[in-house]
Amino acid sequence: MNAVSAWLTPQTAATAAFVMVIGLTIVGALIAVGARNIFHNVLGLCVSLFGVSGIFLFLNSPFVALMEILIYIGAICVAICFAIMLSEPMYLPPPPRNKVKVLGAAIGAGGIFVFLGLLLKKTQWTAAPERSTDWSVTTIGHYFLTNYALIFELVSLLLLVAMLGAIVTARGGRSKP
Amino acid sequence: MELVAQFLGSEGARMVVGLIAVIALVSVNALFLIWMERKVAAHMQLRPGPMEVGPHGAIQTVADAIKLMGKELITPAEVDKPIFWLAPIVIFLPVLLSFLVIPFSSTWIIKDMNVGILLILAFSTLSVLSILMAGWSSNNKYAVFGAIRSVAQNIAYEIPLLVTVMSIILMVGSFKLTDIVAAQSGLWFVVVQPLAFILFITCATAETNRAPFDIPEAESELVAGFHTEYTGMRFALFFLAEYTNMFIAAAVATVLFLGGWHGPFLPGVVWFLLKVYAVIFLLMWFRWTFPRTRFDQLITFAWKILIPLAFVNLLITALVLKLR
Repeated sequence: MNAVSAWLTPQTAATAAFVMVIGLTIVGALIAVGARNIFHNVLGLCVSLFGVSGIFLFLNSPFVALMEILIYIGAICVAICFAIMLSEPMYLPPPPRNKVKVLGAAIGAGGIFVFLGLLLKKTQWTAAPERSTDWSVTTIGHYFLTNYALIFELVSLLLLVAMLGAIVTARGGRSKP
Repeated sequence: MELVAQFLGSEGARMVVGLIAVIALVSVNALFLIWMERKVAAHMQLRPGPMEVGPHGAIQTVADAIKLMGKELITPAEVDKPIFWLAPIVIFLPVLLSFLVIPFSSTWIIKDMNVGILLILAFSTLSVLSILMAGWSSNNKYAVFGAIRSVAQNIAYEIPLLVTVMSIILMVGSFKLTDIVAAQSGLWFVVVQPLAFILFITCATAETNRAPFDIPEAESELVAGFHTEYTGMRFALFFLAEYTNMFIAAAVATVLFLGGWHGPFLPGVVWFLLKVYAVIFLLMWFRWTFPRTRFDQLITFAWKILIPLAFVNLLITALVLKLR
């Protein structure tokens, strides 16, 4: 009896894992966009985010991977589900697709895709062995408060705006019908 | 054993053996806990509880489990079938995964990960998602209400839970569960952080949907909440997940506050299990002592009392650590 390690080399295992997480991400994203039932859309989003967290794991960053699950699936997707259940009833037939909206979404998403693709091509990537390998949480924290302080502050500004928006939106409600 | 190790490599063999042990532990634990709950409930209400099958009804739950396995798996006509079938599986998988990092003793651990506590917290949030899937796909108003309540409750109680756990992590400086236990070889954290312990137990009770916070499945209002439409083994899987979740919550409380496997004379595993079952007894004691809270009281309690207290606790911890 041969050891599994004889035919399952680290390279094949890594490739198989990579294909799996990418497949999960893409299939989830397709469900999230294509399904006609809004609850299925959210579950597709969850599957896709699972794939993304798998990519982080693949890049040897379990901390970010678990944070992805904790925040994006555990908090954001659940909050979206909650909002869906409070919105319009499910037994009504879904309204037909709005052509203009679909086109706008496609152009927006395509634009971002092209932009990111060009950015990826333009960046000078350093090979893994030459790069610093210290990506512990401590290092990330130091970077946030030194080199990337502006981004860190902008994120908190974004959160503040989101909170203010939520308060403004909620203030108008609570009136007797 | 040698053959298995040769076939999979030592790490793989550890995984396989660990997984088999975990599945055995999960089933035995659930059978035992259901019997224990019935006995605890009975004695608190001055009645004997199950007595017929086995000594003091010890194998009553085995009989119940066999009965459940023999029941038909009914799929109601108007349910969303794929999600209805997936929900019991999705609730059970993350629960199994959490056992990967629980340290039963300094050596009895399947994989000692650097992000151990984070893994348990991340995967425990998935149970909310499966409750939502079950409740929504059942196409039943009671099930949907149970699911909605469960989500509101879990979102509210997750924040103080995470902040409380953060104050412990701040003290140890590591997410690794074995490091957290090792830091308590002298003084248990329950002595240093009594407020954090109370907050953690309260939030853990709410997160596992136990009384007095069991409004997602409040029998008198919602039939059975999110699992109203489930029968047979699917229903049993929800129960299995609930009792295993209780075990995990108690195990995390033991690791974070009660010194894990530390204790005199007895081996570490025995101490660990003793502490876990003591915490579980505490949770059962709550259930049969406190009446169920009202929904608005529950949410107000989380947002206006628990969250500020958790943040104050975190601030004090940080201040003390800085000044020391």
